[in-house]
Amino acid sequence: MDSGFGILASYSYLDSAVKAIEQLKKAGLKEITAYMPYPEHAVEDALGYDQSPVRVWALVGGLCGAAGGLAFTSWTSVEWPLVTGGKPILSIPAYIIIVFEMMVLFGALSTVIGLFINSRLPQVKPMVVYDPEFTGGKYGVYIKVPEASREQAMQILNAEIPDQLQEHQMGDDRG
Amino acid sequence: MRNDTVNGSRGSLTHPDIKTMAEVNVDVLRPLSRPGKGWWMLLGLCVLGIGLMLWSWGIQMRYGIGVSGLTSPVGWGVYITTFVFWVGIAHSGTLISAVLFLFRAPWRQSIYRVAEAMTVFAVMTAGLFPLIHVGRVWHAYWLIPYPNSRFLWPNFRSPLVWDVFAVTTYFTVSAIFFYLGTIPDLAAARDAAKGFRKKLYSVICLGWRGTDREWHHLSKAYIFLAALATPLVLSVHSVVSWDFAVGIVPGWHATIFAPYFVAGAIFSGVAMVITLSVLVRKAFGLEAYLTIKHYDAMAKLCLVTSMIVLYAYLSEFFMAWYSGEEVERAAFWARLFGGYWWATWVMLVCNGFVPIMLWFKRVRHSIAALFTISIFVNIGMWFERYVIIVTSLHHEYEPFAWGMYRPSAVEMGIMVGSFGWFGFWFLLFTRLLPPVAIAELKEILPKPMRPVVSNPVPSADQSGDMSNG
Repeated sequence: MDSGFGILASYSYLDSAVKAIEQLKKAGLKEITAYMPYPEHAVEDALGYDQSPVRVWALVGGLCGAAGGLAFTSWTSVEWPLVTGGKPILSIPAYIIIVFEMMVLFGALSTVIGLFINSRLPQVKPMVVYDPEFTGGKYGVYIKVPEASREQAMQILNAEIPDQLQEHQMGDDRG
Repeated sequence: MRNDTVNGSRGSLTHPDIKTMAEVNVDVLRPLSRPGKGWWMLLGLCVLGIGLMLWSWGIQMRYGIGVSGLTSPVGWGVYITTFVFWVGIAHSGTLISAVLFLFRAPWRQSIYRVAEAMTVFAVMTAGLFPLIHVGRVWHAYWLIPYPNSRFLWPNFRSPLVWDVFAVTTYFTVSAIFFYLGTIPDLAAARDAAKGFRKKLYSVICLGWRGTDREWHHLSKAYIFLAALATPLVLSVHSVVSWDFAVGIVPGWHATIFAPYFVAGAIFSGVAMVITLSVLVRKAFGLEAYLTIKHYDAMAKLCLVTSMIVLYAYLSEFFMAWYSGEEVERAAFWARLFGGYWWATWVMLVCNGFVPIMLWFKRVRHSIAALFTISIFVNIGMWFERYVIIVTSLHHEYEPFAWGMYRPSAVEMGIMVGSFGWFGFWFLLFTRLLPPVAIAELKEILPKPMRPVVSNPVPSADQSGDMSNG
């Protein structure tokens, strides 16, 4: 269990939060979590995000659904071949509709699973540091630092004039 | 970077009256409180409607499908009409939330929560009708594609089987879409609530905190879901239209049915969004969120789809005449001047002619006028389905097989009751979930930037006015 500190600063202004993040990154402090009332690209850019792996989940889920739908309709038709309405046993155009619906259904379900895994939802661990105004209109910057860098992090966060600064000792939130 | 400040007087273009982000939470979360007398009375009315539906359905279960007016030649009547009506209503929700999202329409943010909720509840209502229509509801599980006792699987060439897949998928995906978009707002509700409501929202918001990681993946997942849902919207009502178009009934067997149905669905859905959102806006004082601009945009969408629908009506009549098919001509003549002439004319007037008024800006900018027109459209679109289904079936090929259908009291009871069932869920929604998308609205508001002053404002001054309790 590391003996670092967690510091949470709440800002009223977007540029303050973005600047604090940039300064922290410049100082080599990496374990930053930002809180936002809405998805803010300026913050994501400051943190440096790549593509989300959720897109792979969407693609793979959709493809599996489509393949499954085609396999299902074809197999059940061949399993007991019964001519209805003079149509071929394998009436592919008719099955495309089922294939399409299965693609959307499994694509969507797998996107949700991918989202939950990647964003670590549902979050059952109680929140140690949080400011209820993050859902209102404030931006938060949370940083985990070892004892040695604590002063430096404090200085960077304070330079942007936070509305509030909360601090806690590490180890009590690690589940 | 812009210099708009959180306390500045400039709002966004679409929402000039919203000053701060925190204000959005206060305004939108206000309805999530103890409801007043009016709400309880409406809920009581809806429960009565559900009672009427269950009572009528109970009679049908006890005595069989014979208590309905369904018989040869009209085997599909009010139940299927109402099914298509509700599925159609369900279309605008995902259209507004997914299609307009991909097209970056600037007016969707404040309207889409109401539209999505409406979608989910409308599909829940529509889903009842196949179960009612099949008569012996205890065999409804036969709709699930599984082999019978002789290992014979369902016929996947049948449009009715496609319909099961389409509607089930649509319900699942629109419910997912609705819920994912609501999670951050449920967290906002949690942060503002006390007592039991706080516990409730804490659980259903899945512990959302609004971290960068959560937002990053949620906004990406949302794009993919929108991309999946967009063709789904178009497919579902196309599949519903093929329930008819694949049969060789005069009046059904037409290639324009899919686009015609999709346009009609969007038309009726947007009209219902107008009807419901006007009521929500009035009841909860959300005038700053649902502005005239939003209604103007929806009215234009109504106008466009109304013109497509009118074009489809007219081209059907034209094709019946131009084809030279005697049966087709007779069927469409019967549609206009036969036993159901009144239904056809209600449809034409409500869907084709009343919306012409939307060409005028003064009408589009009058909430009362829009509300009235939207009611006409709701009525007209129900009759459209009645006309398509009943008048086509009552006048097919053989003159000796022509016959009139009259809905029985049981059918009408179930149809009227379905509005109670829908209203019941919608009323619960207005008091339990944020009626406007809080987080997405903030995306289009001006971002709070530090005011440009010579000496920075001390922090203590700001913490006070931002708190919303």
